[in-house]
Amino acid sequence: MLTKRIIACLDVNAGRVVKGVQFIDIVDAGDPAELALRHAEAGTDEIVLLDITATQEERGTLIDTVRRTARQLFVPFTVGGGIRAVEDAAAVFDAGADKVSINSAAIARPELIGEIGNKFGAQAVIVAIDARRSREGGDAVANAEVYVSGGRKPTGRKVLEWAREAEARGAGEILLTSMDADGTRAGFDCELTARVSEAVQIPVIASGGAGTADHFADVLLQGKADAALAASIFHFGVANVRTLKEEIAKRGVPVRLPC
Amino acid sequence: MIAVIDYKAGNLTSVMKALLAVGAPAEATSDPDAVAKSDKLVLPGVGHFSATAFLEERGLKAAIRERINQGAPFLGICVGLQWLFEGSTESQDVSGLGAFGGRCECFAAGIKVPHVGWNSLEVKPSRLLQNVSSGEFVYYTHSYRAPVVNETVAVTNYGAPFTAAVERDNVMGVQFHPEKSGSLGLRILENFVRL
Repeated sequence: MLTKRIIACLDVNAGRVVKGVQFIDIVDAGDPAELALRHAEAGTDEIVLLDITATQEERGTLIDTVRRTARQLFVPFTVGGGIRAVEDAAAVFDAGADKVSINSAAIARPELIGEIGNKFGAQAVIVAIDARRSREGGDAVANAEVYVSGGRKPTGRKVLEWAREAEARGAGEILLTSMDADGTRAGFDCELTARVSEAVQIPVIASGGAGTADHFADVLLQGKADAALAASIFHFGVANVRTLKEEIAKRGVPVRLPC
Repeated sequence: MIAVIDYKAGNLTSVMKALLAVGAPAEATSDPDAVAKSDKLVLPGVGHFSATAFLEERGLKAAIRERINQGAPFLGICVGLQWLFEGSTESQDVSGLGAFGGRCECFAAGIKVPHVGWNSLEVKPSRLLQNVSSGEFVYYTHSYRAPVVNETVAVTNYGAPFTAAVERDNVMGVQFHPEKSGSLGLRILENFVRL
């Protein structure tokens, strides 16, 4: 049986892992290569490394950090941040990444999704969507808006439409971050995740708001997510991944155990 | 020397790195002469079945066939496994090696495609999976799958059972990614390396 994935996200700034609370208040959490390996050995199903300052400071992804992190890692490894062209993606793959996650650049030039997909396969392209529920009244989920540049810039695009377009253009997976929930540890946005998951055929990774094992179970069951991603909950010993998996297995979530 | 065949589809970094980790440095090559001189062959692959047309164009297909007939162990990974069959509906005009019967097809409607993530194996006795038990998990990412044939030595269920691993004498293939399947994946690569 296909299991639901638990993904550890390493938000990296200047070669160190950090974690923002709603994208601000950054706290240092360690060396990416060391943390990635520790997560994989503990049973995390996949590692994502996001260079969170790449777009902001207009610089390329930290290839050395990627290479160093990939060296001993034998689980799927995704890299995002600052990938604007096929050449940026190629450099990241060459350094040992299996997938790239593109966000702002895909909104700016949606053809990029297909360009990377044609060269490296659709499975290698994750389109990351930073979503915020609408405050304009009406259906806040149906009208949820896509934000870019680390959550600073609204795009005027609706989340559900953009997810469908990303799929049509050849994305292999969607990484959906609820900016409303991110950093709160109050739970994922299950309703938003379920709507996106139902709107597309490709897997959806839920992100933003992880705080307890129940939150993971909720988003993987009611939220219809194929995977759930979290960062800070793992680094600071709030939960370890094995306990987390055992807990959510009790709620009926299929997971990879023993891990 | 293990030749990892580079047919310009996706990246080889992960496979090379994993072989190195199990003590078998490999050489990436697109050269039929290097194939002829290799001890073992690995055909990795993430991407479109049509990319395997490169093998025919560059004379690699003939070189691989010959080396296989001489008894060299061959391991196809993902699209590399699919290529061992007659072909794939993903690219009707490109034929596979035909070592195993049947064609690869897309997953049926009603389930998420691509099939991405860790799924379990049901294994039969084989050399490649000699120390692997049913119920152990491996990592997949693919939209097309090979039919279950007599030579299938492991199946995985996604909608329906498909060939997770196939083996006949020295010709082997895995649909999953051993280079991304943690310590179990490395164990499988080690089995191949030790043949």
